[in-house]
Amino acid sequence: MNTTQPAIQIEGVTRQFASKRALDNISLAVPRGVVFGLVGENGAGKTTLIKHILGLLRAQSGSVRVFGLDPVDQPAQVLSQIGYLSENRDLPGWMRIDELLRYTSAFYKTWDAQYAEDLRAQFGLQNSARVKNLSRGETARAGLLLALSHRPPLLVLDEPSSGLDPVVRRDILEAIIRTVAEEGRTVLFSSHLLEEVERVSDRLAMMHHGRLVLCGALEDVKHSYRRIVIRFDSPLTQPPALEGALSVTGAAHEWTIICNGLGNVTASASRLGGRIVSEHPPSLDEIFVAHASTK
Amino acid sequence: MQIHISTNDGVPIYLQIVNQVKYLVACGRLAPGEELPPIRVLAEQLLVNPNTIARAYMELERDGIVSKRHGSGTYVSDAGSPLARKERMKILSERADALLAEAHHLNVDLDSVIDLLKQRRKLLNKEPS
Repeated sequence: MNTTQPAIQIEGVTRQFASKRALDNISLAVPRGVVFGLVGENGAGKTTLIKHILGLLRAQSGSVRVFGLDPVDQPAQVLSQIGYLSENRDLPGWMRIDELLRYTSAFYKTWDAQYAEDLRAQFGLQNSARVKNLSRGETARAGLLLALSHRPPLLVLDEPSSGLDPVVRRDILEAIIRTVAEEGRTVLFSSHLLEEVERVSDRLAMMHHGRLVLCGALEDVKHSYRRIVIRFDSPLTQPPALEGALSVTGAAHEWTIICNGLGNVTASASRLGGRIVSEHPPSLDEIFVAHASTK
Repeated sequence: MQIHISTNDGVPIYLQIVNQVKYLVACGRLAPGEELPPIRVLAEQLLVNPNTIARAYMELERDGIVSKRHGSGTYVSDAGSPLARKERMKILSERADALLAEAHHLNVDLDSVIDLLKQRRKLLNKEPS
């Protein structure tokens, strides 16, 4: 296996659903051994992108490769290397936990029964419990258990934390960190909880209306974006039109601007008679909101 | 070693770890020779990417706050280094700034603040420790 090859390589993928363009010319690579966070508001195209990675959707144009393989043409080879947890964890309700584990283990050559048992105990899931009687948090833990127990080289989590309490969210984040700390394994997870993404990701991609608005190392992203406050000597009744500003909020004398690099913002602010009074790296939330507010 | 991460204020996480370890060393809550948790352990404890912890440890090592002993782990360096002193002064400066700002708003002049500090010091010395 070529180890320099990215875990996931997506090139020029476009997907149209009727009149809606769900994915618009997406290209990105997920290198091996990283935690890759995929963020974007609901309907931005995250789940559609993940479905392409799992081979559930065929790219209408462009290409998707997982460990160099096409997930639509070689589903068995690709899926055996992926641990997947979906937002709506569709597990068979009539099964007991022990039956669910036995059933799922049959699909994977690499299933680690001891590891599965350790996780089951750690997650406090009873062997005799029926899936349909599990609480929301327990269902998430059961899904996570299935996704992890074959020790997949790639873990894909689609909105794993949505609607869960902090204790279960902690289990999920721990699983992500443990997975990546083991040499060479890769995690792709989508989330709208940017706090989580900031904690655990090495790289992130931000989607908006089916397009990729940002993709890179978390550190570079945090390094390049700025939150600046500009003060004007005379109050403004309208937000100042600043070149390069992603968002402008404020009133009267002081306005907060989120921008990617100071670039033209400083010059165009001084043309309007403003000066920068503070400059800080913004939080991911602020970057996200600034991008989502632009069309 | 207790560290708290906040993702609201835009300060990079590795820098929060660096600053807090420096603080813990400067105020004596991490003693010279004490071992820092292994990267994986701290990553799971703080729920932070292991690479971020590694980056923080590297930065701390570069600043002479900690040192790696080959193969065994990361330890707090001997205290009294000029940097530890610089760090202590930095912490005090922040407190001093806050005190001076408060004094200004309460219309207390500098001499009175200095007198007050001396007076408080006397009281502290009297109290049995």
